[in-house]
Amino acid sequence: MNALFLAAEEPQNPLVPHLDELVIGLIAFVIVFGFLAKKLLPNINKVLDERREAIEGGMEKADEAQTEAQSVLEQYKAQLAEARHEAARLRQEALEQGTVLKEELRAEGQRQREEIIAAGHAQIEADRKQAALSLRQDVGKLATDLAGKLVGESLEDHARQSRTIDRFLSELEEKAEAAR
Amino acid sequence: MSADTTLAFDASCHIFTGCGFPAPGLHTFVYKPIFTVAGFEFTKPMLLALLGSVLIVAFFWAAFNKPKLVPGKVQMIGEAGYDFVRRGIVYEIIGKKDGEKYVPLMVSLFFFVWILNLWSIIPLAQFPVTSLIAFPAGLALIVYVLWVSLTFKKHGFVGGWKNITGYDKSLGWVMPLVVVIEFFSNLLIRPFTHAVRLFANMFAGHLLIVMFTLASWYLMNGIGIAYGSVSFLMVLVMTVFELFIQAVQAYVFVLLASSYIQGALAKSH
Repeated sequence: MNALFLAAEEPQNPLVPHLDELVIGLIAFVIVFGFLAKKLLPNINKVLDERREAIEGGMEKADEAQTEAQSVLEQYKAQLAEARHEAARLRQEALEQGTVLKEELRAEGQRQREEIIAAGHAQIEADRKQAALSLRQDVGKLATDLAGKLVGESLEDHARQSRTIDRFLSELEEKAEAAR
Repeated sequence: MSADTTLAFDASCHIFTGCGFPAPGLHTFVYKPIFTVAGFEFTKPMLLALLGSVLIVAFFWAAFNKPKLVPGKVQMIGEAGYDFVRRGIVYEIIGKKDGEKYVPLMVSLFFFVWILNLWSIIPLAQFPVTSLIAFPAGLALIVYVLWVSLTFKKHGFVGGWKNITGYDKSLGWVMPLVVVIEFFSNLLIRPFTHAVRLFANMFAGHLLIVMFTLASWYLMNGIGIAYGSVSFLMVLVMTVFELFIQAVQAYVFVLLASSYIQGALAKSH
């Protein structure tokens, strides 16, 4: 407080600027403005711009990486879907082929079975006919022999003989039919 | 207190000693020159103003001379202050595109005014340089010259006058009145209020602090000590309050300067 000295003269109106103070004030301000405007603020502006660029650059890089990752993911998903689709298609195809094959095999088996059965039937029929024929001859012969022996004479007339036998057998057959 | 007293107050002057209270007044703001060169009186406030310049430049030199992408402590503080004025005032008021040009001026104004205010509570300095009208007046003058010249440069001679006087045909018969009022308010009163707002705030604040300080000392006798301690408490309170006001006034000063410039750049109405 000792530094507070009074001027010798009466204090002037406090609203009237003192010229000396005005000049010093302007000089003091110009010093500040000069240093800040010409050197220091441009300095820091450059660095602030650089920093912003660095940050934005980093963000851009991150964005790029993200986009790339996204596209790779899409690609991978697409491939996966395609592979799944392909697998499903193959399975379907195999299934269809298998069904067709099975049908064919079944039809073939059926056909063969029927063939075998038919062949069997034909064979049986042929055998039966054969047997019937041979039986008829045998029975005819036996009957002739027996009749010859019983009659004591050989029945010379072959045609008559045969006719008689046939008639006899037919009668037998008719009887058998009737009996059935 | 007579004018021929050399000390602002007498150190031995206390209550109950028959000595009157050495009330502060206009004389509190008058300093004896430290030296005089060819009629030029160099005083303590001038020294503080120049010292303030040196401090600001030194600080920003330390902060921004070799700035780094990853800032150090000083640079970070400097950037915060710079950003406060740039983004918080200039970009807000003038806009980013038009305002960028005036950022250095506003940053300088803000920190210059602030440090001149701040001297008020810095020990040994203890005087707000801005409480002398010449300092705010000089700064207000710079802003005034800038915004008037910008107005005419931007809008031409006629347009400039229209901008300043608020000329607007749609006002009808009120217009002459508006033009007269706006002319006085903008061109004559505005620079005055701009400077006086800062000056008066710092003047009054300093007066209060000085008064309570002197009273604390004056009351230190007998029962007066009880009152004196209250007075001293007021010194502390006022000091903190002034710390706040100093920043606010620096902010307001720059805010107004920005809004004047914004008005000059704005489309004429």
